[in-house]
Amino acid sequence: MEIFSARNVNKVFADTKALTDVSISVNKQSIFGLLGPNGAGKTTLIRIINQITAPDSGEVLLEGRKMTRADIEHIGYLPEERGLYKKMKIGDQAIYLAQLKGMSRHDAVKSLKKWFEKFEIMSWWNKNIEELSKGMQQKVQFITTIVHQPKLLIFDEPFSGFDPINTNLLKQEILQLRDNGATIIFSTHNMESVEELCDHIALINKSVKIVDGQTNEIRERYKSNIFEVKYKGSFNEVDKVLNNQFKILNHIENNRLNQITIEYLHGKSNNDLIQALIPVSEIISFEEQIPSMNDVFIRAVEESNKNRKNE
Amino acid sequence: MNKTLLILKQEYLKRVKKKSFIILTLLVPFLFAGVFALVIFLSINNDKKERTIAVFDESTLFLNELGEEGMTKYKFIPKEEYEQMKGNLKGSEFYALLYIPQDIYTNNMAQLISEKQVPFELNEQIERKLSRYIENDKRQKIIDETGIPDLEKRLSNTKTSIRLSTLKVSVTGETQKSSSAIAFIASYAMGIIIYFFVFMYGATVMRSVMEEKKSRIIEVIISSVKPYELMAGKIIGTALVGLTQVAIWIVLGIVVLAGVQSFFSPESAQQMGQSIMENQSQMSPAMAQAAETNKVMEVMEMIGNLNLPLIIFAFIFYFLIGYLLYSSLLGAVGAAVDNDEDAQQMVFPVTMPLILSIMVLFPIARNPEGPVAFWFSIIPLTSPVAMMARIPYGIPTWELLLSMFLLVITTVGAIAAAAKIYRIGLLMYGKKVNLKELFKWLRYKY
Repeated sequence: MEIFSARNVNKVFADTKALTDVSISVNKQSIFGLLGPNGAGKTTLIRIINQITAPDSGEVLLEGRKMTRADIEHIGYLPEERGLYKKMKIGDQAIYLAQLKGMSRHDAVKSLKKWFEKFEIMSWWNKNIEELSKGMQQKVQFITTIVHQPKLLIFDEPFSGFDPINTNLLKQEILQLRDNGATIIFSTHNMESVEELCDHIALINKSVKIVDGQTNEIRERYKSNIFEVKYKGSFNEVDKVLNNQFKILNHIENNRLNQITIEYLHGKSNNDLIQALIPVSEIISFEEQIPSMNDVFIRAVEESNKNRKNE
Repeated sequence: MNKTLLILKQEYLKRVKKKSFIILTLLVPFLFAGVFALVIFLSINNDKKERTIAVFDESTLFLNELGEEGMTKYKFIPKEEYEQMKGNLKGSEFYALLYIPQDIYTNNMAQLISEKQVPFELNEQIERKLSRYIENDKRQKIIDETGIPDLEKRLSNTKTSIRLSTLKVSVTGETQKSSSAIAFIASYAMGIIIYFFVFMYGATVMRSVMEEKKSRIIEVIISSVKPYELMAGKIIGTALVGLTQVAIWIVLGIVVLAGVQSFFSPESAQQMGQSIMENQSQMSPAMAQAAETNKVMEVMEMIGNLNLPLIIFAFIFYFLIGYLLYSSLLGAVGAAVDNDEDAQQMVFPVTMPLILSIMVLFPIARNPEGPVAFWFSIIPLTSPVAMMARIPYGIPTWELLLSMFLLVITTVGAIAAAAKIYRIGLLMYGKKVNLKELFKWLRYKY
């Protein structure tokens, strides 16, 4: 079920296009990855969702209604460039920020205490932010983003500044937030975390959306008939039989177990491969290579750049 | 609106709780009161030390008689004692030695020998006593020689001293005691107070905006509230801090003034009158009587006779609107820049009119009707300071209304422009901005 959508959003700054006819649709209780190279327009789209900027044309809808200023109370936003008041007690500023999101003071204190306990940072309550390390500050910032229980959460590079342990903690929290009913829009350059977390992604390049779909489906879509085969036998013979039908991309020889990476040439099927290999080797395993999000990202962006040049 | 209130409260409490605010707010009135009290204290209790002066009168004119004045006594001593004491004053009971030579009548010279520097007033007292004694003696001789009856009285009646007391005629025809000195002081003080308040609190708004931009919390904040709500909360919150300060100063000022008044009147008024009278005891009776009026009370009365309701109204108006004008401009500057150096460069052109108006404050206070005073008090960016400096002297209503009208119009325009720059500037980093760039922003749609 769709909770949020952007329809045909356009935005131009002075002389540069930031968004060209971008539409996205985010399902309830999902994690939506908003990807793209630096300067693609992600931040602009995020700011439009947050009502910080208005689109030149197009609209954004929350739960089917056109978003209004009042809706920002239902959004939690963790911007990429973030900070807190330097000379203010952590507890006080967390309360202040929660109140700005429409919580009553009483609710804010109650909810914040719960989160501070959970993150084991209750002892920081009366400290100044300057006394904390960057990673610690990020924890506080994360809590202030989610404390008002927003329906829609927007995280822009949430893991920057976190060590692996805290990154993991944060990932668990994000998944739990989703399971508890929140919808998350997640922007990052860390493709590993995209594979791990995102149900759906959209890739924006130079103001245009170039890829959109389920994460698994997109990886399927970008697979290019590449297989990895583990076998016992001589590489030379294998090489000989595969020569015309398959392209060998890589091979690793190991005295007990050899491995080759091959690409199917046009019209070849799995059965063709097996038939060719059976006479010369013992097949141990045989697996199609699904491209990583990293590969998908690079390929999609490069293709799009090439197309633009040709136009 | 709720959120503006929240921001306002936050800004207000943050500043009011600051130690520097509390110290400044409490210290300034006491500093003023202290200086004020010190001046009055010194003028009343000028010299309380008991002194005895040994007099060796070679001329024998003074007949062992110099009387006593204030805390000073005179004791006549013979020549031997004088010679003996001359080199050995320290051990004696006397403060100083007065030597009146034989030829004082013709030479007009006497000598005062002392160990320490003699206070100016004592010096003056002795000079006056000696001169008057000889003067009277000379006059008596003339009177005796001419034999004209009542000459003494007639001569002293010729003594004339004109004192100018200025009266201001109000529209209703009442005359009030006024003083151009008081108006000048009030005028100058008003101008400076407005200048400081507008500058100080305008800069506070700017720093507060810069702090949010530099710490990068701004993006979180404006994803919760609209930029103009944030700006309004900041500006109003800071204005309330200023008004709180003024209110505390007014209350403390009234307390201090009341204290001064009750301390110096009526008994102390008499005491003060007496001390003035003593100094002028030999003047004509009319003058002495005039001097009897309590100076402190007179000043108070003259302050009271300034058009206080108008001054207070105008002060609040020009403070608030002037502050609104400059704080919105400075707030926009704070949003546009992202480092202190750029901020300083931008602040200068923006506050230039304000600085200019403080520079012409002295000419305005001296000549409140002149063309400089007129134009500076009409032109909106300078009028908060310049008009405040003119008001204690009285001002034609149309000029005041015109000035206020122009200021309000300009402020509304400035706020609209500032809001735009503010919105664009807040999320603009790493860009070197100048005035030209800012004007370009005004044409952006955001």
